[in-house]
Amino acid sequence: MNVPIIAAKEIHQAIRNRWVLAATLLLAGLALSLTFLGSAPTGSVGVRALDVVIVSLSSLTIFLVPLIALLISHDAIVGDMERGTMLLLLSYPVARWQVLIGKFLGHLAVLGFATCFGYGVAVGALAATGSRIDLDSLLAFAAMIGSSVLLGAVFVAIGYLVSALVRDRGTAAGVSIGLWLLLVLIYDMALLGLLALDQGRHISAVALNAMLLLNPTDVYRLFNLTGFANVSTFAGMAGLAQSSSLSVQALLSALTLWTLVPLGLAAIAFARREL
Amino acid sequence: MTGTVRVTDVTKEYGQVKAVRGASFELGQGELVALIGHNGAGKTTLMKLMLGLIRPTGGSIEVLGDNPAAGEFSGRRRLGYLPENVSFDAALTGRETQAFYARLKREPIAKALELLDTVGLGVAAGRRVGTYSKGMRQRLGLAQALIGHPKVLLLDEPTTGLDPELRQTFYEIIARLAAQGATVLLSSHSLTELEERAGRVIIMNRGVKVADGSIERLRNIAQLPTRIRLKVAGLSPAELPPWLPSGATCRRLNGHIVEIDAAPDRKIELLHCATAAGNSVEDVDVVQPTLDELYVHFLGQAEVTS
Repeated sequence: MNVPIIAAKEIHQAIRNRWVLAATLLLAGLALSLTFLGSAPTGSVGVRALDVVIVSLSSLTIFLVPLIALLISHDAIVGDMERGTMLLLLSYPVARWQVLIGKFLGHLAVLGFATCFGYGVAVGALAATGSRIDLDSLLAFAAMIGSSVLLGAVFVAIGYLVSALVRDRGTAAGVSIGLWLLLVLIYDMALLGLLALDQGRHISAVALNAMLLLNPTDVYRLFNLTGFANVSTFAGMAGLAQSSSLSVQALLSALTLWTLVPLGLAAIAFARREL
Repeated sequence: MTGTVRVTDVTKEYGQVKAVRGASFELGQGELVALIGHNGAGKTTLMKLMLGLIRPTGGSIEVLGDNPAAGEFSGRRRLGYLPENVSFDAALTGRETQAFYARLKREPIAKALELLDTVGLGVAAGRRVGTYSKGMRQRLGLAQALIGHPKVLLLDEPTTGLDPELRQTFYEIIARLAAQGATVLLSSHSLTELEERAGRVIIMNRGVKVADGSIERLRNIAQLPTRIRLKVAGLSPAELPPWLPSGATCRRLNGHIVEIDAAPDRKIELLHCATAAGNSVEDVDVVQPTLDELYVHFLGQAEVTS
């Protein structure tokens, strides 16, 4: 009962603070511009306009959704402690894990709304301009939206963990940006460099899979760019899709684990914290 | 008298700093207790310990049957807390904030909203908390602490930022709650305000409880002199009344007032002398040692013994 009360308040606040509006507009603007500018290379008669959008949009999601998620979440615990609102909240008959889960659900709802609505606009726009959209593409797009929300959940959870561990808001922001850079940019570059150097001598396919699973953004990329046959041909990932033995279920469980583990650790860290 | 809050030999250390050292006391139903001490004497720490916001390094605490250090919180539905610098989420209005807290306590929202009028927040309740002044936030803080007829009220510096009129209302409210059986623990710097209201005073110094009891009892322990002020006619400014017993400390205040320090057991004797026939005393004032003086006395004593 406490969890929905806290979640509802987080959503209410996010609407008031224009977080919902800002995130939705950002994602919608991005989706729309990619839909129309991104279809330029294939031409407007492109057979599967939506599949092209999925490729470009999921590549951008990898940058943007984690950033938005971390922006909302890095402040959730340490910020409320600094502002003093956590002190009062915890004097109420609520358990700390309820506060954490309530905030999580609230933030996830905000992110989910922004993603579904923002990206949904792109489909609507394609349909309105008369592009042919078949069921396969639509399913792939829905899967992309769903996995984007899941990716958001991963980074909300990571943001909470940071927020529960550090002493002040500034540090939380710094660590979050660092993690974002690491997971979104540096990890892949390092992995690519490593593979190029190794020339396939030591790193086996299993090791590569493990390394990909260790980064939630790579899991997301694999899921969207290789999960659906039509999309993977556009993405130029068909080769990797064949060599990668990771199933859709494995990828989804990896993302779920990437959410639950940081969230659990955040709950433990928060429970031990004194304020 | 049933105990609602029990603090047993509690110690709280932050690294090298000992915020509370071996404090023990029990608060009963219907008690209005003033917790006084310097900044850093451990008042806020004690309240946070009672709420389970921090865990004691040693000793145990029980609040309304819960052990807050173990994360038990069912009793907190009947507990109100007002932190020292209360703050709220700036984006929500006063009314929304109050409704949120009422929901968390499973209390009827309409009743909780009435409290906003009680603390005089009426018109501003529809505005965002971010636009509130310090005094208005304090009022909202009081209103949320009063949700659901609390059995234990922990108020950390509750009257800072309140105007005199609201202070009066505030003390009326908590006196009424105490009369209905609530335990009220409040810390404050304005001792004169507490003097007439608190049935019991706990004085903290550097984390140690140095005194605990009703003001009368503390006066008895402290043996501070009562001051007798006499308005005497026909005395020159430097002169002292001739009938004063030897050994009595006295001084002249502005022109014709003589102030005598009377130890508690000599008070009546001195008054007899002063009002004896033939003395030109026109007026008598008896000033009891104030809470301020008691506080200074007990702190001084604690410094000597430590």
